[in-house]
Amino acid sequence: MSQFVFLYREATSPTPRELESRMAKCLVWFKELEDNGHLAYYGHPLNRTDGRVVRKGDVTDGPYAETKDIVIGFSIIDAKDFDEAVRLADACPLVEAGCLIEVRPVLTL
Amino acid sequence: MKPDDAFYRRERARLLSALTRVFGTANLALAEDVVQETLAHAFEVWTYRGVPEHYSALLMTAAKNRALDVFRRQRTAHKFAPTIERAMQSEWLLRPTVEELFLPAALHDDELRMMFSVCQPQLAEEVHVALMLNLLCGFGAQEIARVYLASESAIEKRISRGKAVLAATPRLFELIAADFAPRLASVHRALYVLFSEGYHGADDELVIREELCREALRLARLLVDHAPAATPASFALAALMYLNAARLPGRTNQLGELVALADQERSRWDIRLILEGLALLDRASTGTEISRYHIEAAIAGLHASAPSASETRWGEIVILYDRYMRLAPSPVIALNRAMAIAECEGPTNGLRALAAIDGVERLRDYPFYPAALGELELRAGRRRAALSHFEAAFGLARNDAERLFLTRRLAACAK
Repeated sequence: MSQFVFLYREATSPTPRELESRMAKCLVWFKELEDNGHLAYYGHPLNRTDGRVVRKGDVTDGPYAETKDIVIGFSIIDAKDFDEAVRLADACPLVEAGCLIEVRPVLTL
Repeated sequence: MKPDDAFYRRERARLLSALTRVFGTANLALAEDVVQETLAHAFEVWTYRGVPEHYSALLMTAAKNRALDVFRRQRTAHKFAPTIERAMQSEWLLRPTVEELFLPAALHDDELRMMFSVCQPQLAEEVHVALMLNLLCGFGAQEIARVYLASESAIEKRISRGKAVLAATPRLFELIAADFAPRLASVHRALYVLFSEGYHGADDELVIREELCREALRLARLLVDHAPAATPASFALAALMYLNAARLPGRTNQLGELVALADQERSRWDIRLILEGLALLDRASTGTEISRYHIEAAIAGLHASAPSASETRWGEIVILYDRYMRLAPSPVIALNRAMAIAECEGPTNGLRALAAIDGVERLRDYPFYPAALGELELRAGRRRAALSHFEAAFGLARNDAERLFLTRRLAACAK
């Protein structure tokens, strides 16, 4: 079993109604992950409009101006391998709604 | 808590009414923005672990914090009520002032006051209804346009015209104001139209129309649950909505086709709504005023409590329609009266009553007028006459459900 971080990314700001229907679908998806033992950590949504980028000797307002798809949240998922993790991500309603999911394996020795 | 489709709309109406009171009606647009942000934020947070149990209180607290933020950061960008302008001078004063504005007692009848505010006398009834749909039911211009078979831009214009007038008033309507009674009558009419659009509307998307009925029911419920607005006419209006809404599940069959009242499976009617409606009707029967809502509710009550079409007390229904015609005569009511007469006295008298309708030319585009003629001709055994009336009705039908219904009536003429 390996762990993967799911980084949810989105370029646009959806309306409250879109967010509502998305919420309902995501809750079903999360529940399923949990029931099947895939959910290591729910994670959190992140503020889309506020952030700081810290560089040596410099702090700027972020999220990065050069990135179109801002990270809007993250979760940690248990999966057998990369294929399974990708399959799980693919079923996420956020993907259907136009978001990207970056699937990153947690580095282990 | 499992969010349903109406969740967003209910919460939006509640928050928007409260924030409009707090910011003042002149800042309606600001209140709308803050509601959007509050809800968007909440839905995003709740995406991971679900909607918490006390979501209602949490949303209101979030809205309050955002309001505080607005008062602190945008104090010069908007004009607020004098008490707030004064409180903004000092953080010591600002927080308690805002806290007070969000106390449960203060939040009590915001939606009700918003309903009354929307029904400005200088605005047309169609604007009242559009504003109610937008501000109190959370429907967008696109959805409202579907209900009215109008263009989205026309509805947008209607809404912004209404909002401009609303924003020119200093604050939400006071329920103790001198013009409370006429305003209540406007609220009744707007809610009645809202319900009717759902019940009889031309939109063939049944889901949307049932949603309209539910929203009308919810808002009528607000009236009867709040003292000054809980008049006998309010009870009667709520009763007629409940009693008619109870029959919605029977009005279409499993295939989604329209079913005539006589052929409806009465076991599919919603008994809880019937009982609630009859109880409301009972509470409407105080005082001396008999409104059209009383009469319509009484008619709906007779239908809802009849075990079958043939066992309906049609005689009483005719008497009620007679009273209705004296109170508020209209060709559509006369049409319904004629059909009740046909049930009591046979198709010949029904046809005679149809022919005698005053202002029948106003029913020219109404498919159910030729359909009624066809129905009674068919019962009188004159198939050919019935056929041509149903054909005329078919030509006027506004959606597939009506066309399908009339196709079946046409087939019945051929049998």
